[in-house]
Amino acid sequence: MDRVSADASIVMREVTKRHGTTVAVDHLSLSIRKGEFFAILGPSGSGKTTTLRLLAGFEQPDAGEIIIEGQPMQGVPPNHRPVNLVFQNYALFPHMTVAQNVAFGLEMKGLPSAEIGPRVAEALEMVRLVGKQDRLPSQLSGGEQQRVALARALVNRPAVLLLDEPLGALDKQLRLEMEVELKALQERVGITFVCVTHDQEEALTMSDRMAVMHHGRLLQVGTPEEIYTAPASAFVASFIGVSNSLPGRVQAIEGQRATVAVEGIGLVHAPVCAGLRAGAPVLVTIRPERLHLSRDPATDGSQNQIRVRIAKAIYSGSEMHYLVTLPNNLTWKARVPNADGTAKRFDAGESAYLKWRTTDAVLLPE
Amino acid sequence: MKKSIPAKSFPWLVVPPAAALIFLFGVPLLLVFAVSFATRGTYGGIEWTFTLANYISIADPLYLRIFWRSLWLAVLTTVICLLMGFPLAYVIARAPKRWQGILLFLVIIPFWTNFLVRTYAWMFILRSEGLLSTVLSALGLTREPLTLLFTDTAVLIGLVYGYLPFMVLPLYAALERLDPSLIEAAWDLYARPHQVFVRVVLPLSKPGVIAGCVLVFIPSLGAYVTPDLLGGARSMMIGNLIQHQYLVVRDWPFGSALSFVLMAGVLAALLYYLRAGGARSL
Repeated sequence: MDRVSADASIVMREVTKRHGTTVAVDHLSLSIRKGEFFAILGPSGSGKTTTLRLLAGFEQPDAGEIIIEGQPMQGVPPNHRPVNLVFQNYALFPHMTVAQNVAFGLEMKGLPSAEIGPRVAEALEMVRLVGKQDRLPSQLSGGEQQRVALARALVNRPAVLLLDEPLGALDKQLRLEMEVELKALQERVGITFVCVTHDQEEALTMSDRMAVMHHGRLLQVGTPEEIYTAPASAFVASFIGVSNSLPGRVQAIEGQRATVAVEGIGLVHAPVCAGLRAGAPVLVTIRPERLHLSRDPATDGSQNQIRVRIAKAIYSGSEMHYLVTLPNNLTWKARVPNADGTAKRFDAGESAYLKWRTTDAVLLPE
Repeated sequence: MKKSIPAKSFPWLVVPPAAALIFLFGVPLLLVFAVSFATRGTYGGIEWTFTLANYISIADPLYLRIFWRSLWLAVLTTVICLLMGFPLAYVIARAPKRWQGILLFLVIIPFWTNFLVRTYAWMFILRSEGLLSTVLSALGLTREPLTLLFTDTAVLIGLVYGYLPFMVLPLYAALERLDPSLIEAAWDLYARPHQVFVRVVLPLSKPGVIAGCVLVFIPSLGAYVTPDLLGGARSMMIGNLIQHQYLVVRDWPFGSALSFVLMAGVLAALLYYLRAGGARSL
């Protein structure tokens, strides 16, 4: 912890926050580096929004400490913190124009008006809203309102920008554009961004590092790639992307390969994970895009295979989405590219061999 | 404009209220207007001789003083109601949902009792040997009995008491709609508490402030029962003067003229107020 403190923008140590009898944030320790785009991912009720509100200063922790830019934040109200928040519903002042909204923070800081004008113009240019400065928020589209909210926060040049579900209210097309734009903006201004979201794709696309939260606890912190390829728990695996899983028991470990006995299916091979012991219950997980379907059984020993029945075949443009029923009645998802044409397509009711490379599976201790 | 059912589709629904307004309000008003230009008969009747004398005699300093006192008391009542009502409405609007209903209910409870009875109760509280005086002297805060009753202060207390709910209800309606995240946003953008109030809360609750002030100012200006019981003869307001002219002096033409000057005054004050306060919010 102390090793990273030098370049840390935010340090949270053992922070706990209770709402009545429920523990919203539970002994949370986290260090966020200067200038990084950090995403906090979790389902609703996971404590991610409370974490953000603790950083903004709207709530005070019951225990633990929060340090922002080297300053302890104990008892510091929001108006004295070097952070600004982009609200989920933007919270633009409806009785003020775009320019007045953006100027608000600078006015409250007591900047001379000669300085405020250029700063506001600069901020509006940054979010491509030049020419809309005299509109009221109600006269703007959702995407424009979102950019006003960004400008209103960034114009203050905070050390940390907090974003609460910043893209949640936008439609899908706009959301994809804004993901790229937000990331580019963050790289340009070099400010630490802390973004709370329940959308795993958003977190994976935008963040340099991310944390997965559940029931007020941090389950895993790492780069999007680390979390996507090596989820630390079954919850992270299922939340980070649709994942197929098989519950089993470790039968043998030979070097880097574990053999897992799965009831109703037989033996499945997977790479070993840390702390694995023979006889321990585990979850074998495999992503839908790593599965292959074939009419012929494999002869190669490096693959796992299970004979399945196709329950449903869904055409979705570049891919086929299959729901397949395993011999133990579990349903898995498989996504197969359509690049090879229609020759190898399966129909509902057909039997097939479901195959995957041993190295593509991930074992999770249960 | 929000989508609404066009009024054209059921014109007959407008007939009863329109008829009631025309026959029960419009016609009597015209009658009063006509009488205000008539002459008082020797025995208190109306002689239909046109004169402007009724309007000219209002300029008498005696009557002007009563007008002035009424205006002053009404303005003071409105300001005090606003200052007391705003925090109350704010607290109710920010209370948990299930508490809001109970608190609003408590604000409205006084309406269950007749206004006259409640004003009599204030007489018992305010008079020299009354509740307030007894309690204050028992606490050693005052030595002599209070002389509150039959003063302007007593009238003011009665008016504020009577009209406070009319301020609280529209303010509550406006504040309840105020998105709490706007207050947090202002706070996050370095505003100190009083700046949050002046720059965000107050402008956004302006419709409620305007409605509340109008609802308190108009009935206070024309108040009759409160000054009659708590003010007595020395603290007369316009309402008492008009009643006096009609029923005691039996000078109906002068009473009518007073009524019309009062109405015109209220109308002028209202227009000025809405123009000054309301135009910017549109």
